[in-house]
Amino acid sequence: MSGLRGLGDLARGRLVVAVSAVVAVVMLLPLVLVVLDVHSAGWAEIHRVLFRQRSAMLLTNTTELAASVVVLATMLGVAAAMLTERMTLPWRPLWTVLLVLPIAMPDFVVGYTWHTLWPTLDPLGASVAVMTLGSYPLVYLPVSAALRRSDITLEDTARSLGAGTVRTFARITLPQIRIAAAGGAVLVFLTVISEYGAFEVLRFNTFTTEIFSEFQFEPDAAGALSIPLVLMGLSALLLESLLIRRQSSFRQPRRTQSRTAAWRLRQLPALLVVLVPTGFGIALPIATLVYWMRQGQHATLPAVATLGQATWESVKFSAGGAVVAVLAALPVAMLTFRRHSTTRTLIDRAGFVTQALPGIVVALSLVYLTTRYVFSWYQTGPLLVLGYAIIHFPLAQVCVKSAAATASARLYDVGVSLGRTPLTVFVRVTLPLLAPGLAAGLCLVFLTAITELTATLVLAPIGVSTLATQFWAFQGNVAYAAAAPYALMIVALAVVPGALLGLWFAREPGGTQRVTA
Amino acid sequence: MNDFLSRPSRRSVLTAAGAALVAGTAAACGSGSSSSHGSASETITLYNAQHPQTTDAMISAFTAQTGIKVRVVNDDEDVLTAQLEQEGSNSPADVFYTENSNWLQQLADRKMLATVDAATRAGIPKADSAIDGSWVGISARISALIYNPAKIGAADLPTTIAAMADRTYKGRLEIAPSETDFWPLVCSVARATGNAATLTWLNGLKTNAGAGDNVPDNETLSSDVNQGTTDFAVINHYYFYRLRAELGQNAMNAKLAYFAPGDPGFVRAISGAAILKSSKHQAAAQKFLAFMTAEAGQTVLAHGQSYEYPLRAGVSANVQLPPLSSYKTNSFDPADLGTGETAKTLLQQSGLM
Repeated sequence: MSGLRGLGDLARGRLVVAVSAVVAVVMLLPLVLVVLDVHSAGWAEIHRVLFRQRSAMLLTNTTELAASVVVLATMLGVAAAMLTERMTLPWRPLWTVLLVLPIAMPDFVVGYTWHTLWPTLDPLGASVAVMTLGSYPLVYLPVSAALRRSDITLEDTARSLGAGTVRTFARITLPQIRIAAAGGAVLVFLTVISEYGAFEVLRFNTFTTEIFSEFQFEPDAAGALSIPLVLMGLSALLLESLLIRRQSSFRQPRRTQSRTAAWRLRQLPALLVVLVPTGFGIALPIATLVYWMRQGQHATLPAVATLGQATWESVKFSAGGAVVAVLAALPVAMLTFRRHSTTRTLIDRAGFVTQALPGIVVALSLVYLTTRYVFSWYQTGPLLVLGYAIIHFPLAQVCVKSAAATASARLYDVGVSLGRTPLTVFVRVTLPLLAPGLAAGLCLVFLTAITELTATLVLAPIGVSTLATQFWAFQGNVAYAAAAPYALMIVALAVVPGALLGLWFAREPGGTQRVTA
Repeated sequence: MNDFLSRPSRRSVLTAAGAALVAGTAAACGSGSSSSHGSASETITLYNAQHPQTTDAMISAFTAQTGIKVRVVNDDEDVLTAQLEQEGSNSPADVFYTENSNWLQQLADRKMLATVDAATRAGIPKADSAIDGSWVGISARISALIYNPAKIGAADLPTTIAAMADRTYKGRLEIAPSETDFWPLVCSVARATGNAATLTWLNGLKTNAGAGDNVPDNETLSSDVNQGTTDFAVINHYYFYRLRAELGQNAMNAKLAYFAPGDPGFVRAISGAAILKSSKHQAAAQKFLAFMTAEAGQTVLAHGQSYEYPLRAGVSANVQLPPLSSYKTNSFDPADLGTGETAKTLLQQSGLM
């Protein structure tokens, strides 16, 4: 009996490794394809496209933009996290949800509403602002989770020993949130270099907008132009892994809850930290869309998809992508909660390499793959689902892995030692512990996919209009009133998983009990 | 050379939904005369680079009359041309309908187009179709200036397209280099002044446009001028009428103006259609072109919200438009305006693309 169980266990362990390996190969596929694509384009084409004055302009633009957004979004994210985790904010639960919601607002919709309000906005400044407001939750979420995990008594002790607020933050708090902030900052960077729609609307040229227009009439050039983007992404990841290596693996499993600083009137300016992003990033765009919709302006452009059709297509593809991404992330996450080996670590890392590839590069690589080798998949629904799954896999992996950390292998072993079969233990013990992570992963991928435009424009099957692409067609025709309902529907669909996500992060290890002074 | 055999059609769409409905009912009473060629149950594939505002109504009317269904792939003409070149003889496309004839000419030069029936071409003035019959003109569009009278007086507008590059207009105009409607103008300037002078002119435009040198399309240019974001821009006439139809006369601040008679910027561009040599539905495709150039098809242009000029003699344009003969455009014919490649190369050299 015990021998059988051991065999089953072994098989399951091997199976997990094998399945994860397949997942890793699929995730690395785009990188391989990009190399093939660039290789076949040839040096002459690369030289012609990359080494001209316009590339210098694109490089300057992309760098300026990315650097500004990373700095500002990190500052805003950390500030917002400090505010919700270290102060007794009035209506705190509301803010913890509202602060996450900008992630549910498509950046191209925010950019578009701002542009309709102020058509002469400075392209760089507006792009920086839109992206900062849209991406700071990527810093806010991990940092506030880290703050909740960290031991607040250390901060109290430092303060009681006479260290000021600033010094306590720099010497005690900052080291504890460094990894989380750096991880978030890398995600922000990758988000910024992949964005297309917002910059197109705000008329700011980056490598991604250029790739997109080149892709339309010169695919070779698009391949060549993706080189700098891929290099940027990979260096960001490299930088992050160097940062993390230097960090000691100190971690406090349970927080020692202490009182937080009481809310005082003089802290009112701090409230701006939550009011500005939620006001400009959520309230204003939604109000603008409602305004345009009520204008009921006549559109001469016929709609390809009705609101209902487009909603169905969007939900279908986004949900499909979310399910595939989370299912793929499951075995990879399970790999890491047992013993460590080089194979396991390599497989785990492979998923994160995908992060370095902007959505448009992944989409282009899939077009390359299908037009070259599997034409019958070209412009089909499953390919779009696969594209979503690959692009958003790292998000699913993060969520599932963080849950896997709580479902330790020891619990599983205890279950098995009590005489249950591995499958029963997995279903009764492991899965329930993973469930919140799986749900969070589903929410996150779903809402990121439904607010996605760039890859959708490239991969959507002929005859299919999603909410994002139909909105894009109408806004391109300056049909504001016709475009608005599609954007509002995207927001409506993304808000629920967005709010759930905010709540999920907020209740992570014992975050709900809060002692107020 | 190209790595993507065929690229996805951005904003690709099947407008067939409506058309199919009509076809379903029309099929029963459709033309029973032609049994094997272009029969009622047939479906042709149209690569459509024209505005859906123009094409949708045309297809519905065609399907209603013939019972032949039309599957539509919508995209910009540069994209579809590149796609057709890559797909080669495997292309599913039967008919290609473009906003500007230079893209058709590009495919004609590559021997990818079949000859349009002589009877079809006979309905359209000879000068508005390809000399060798590889494509036929469907409608005409006139280049125009759109300006905001609150920002610039009509008298202060440039009278020649060359003058748009003058320093006096610095910061007062916007351009849309990736809008393919702009490309025949670039070709026209190149035809009149040569490539070197055209590059200098483009650089002047770039300077004058400043941050407005990358407006995505003519719809946006028109809207920007109307809102007063910029003083003026060069577009095609129908964008003005379409914007007016959308906003209503009361919200319309912008006005139309034209360059001096015969100026290289005063262009009469032809939107045309052609049949791919590789098409497996030649008869049905010929029928579609015959319909587009016949009175029924041409009348569609006059109604609805296309606002382009029908080319067939005796079919009058939308009543809101001045007569086509009132424009004093330059004397270049479509062949003088080069292929799409000509303009693209110049725009890339100038760094605008």
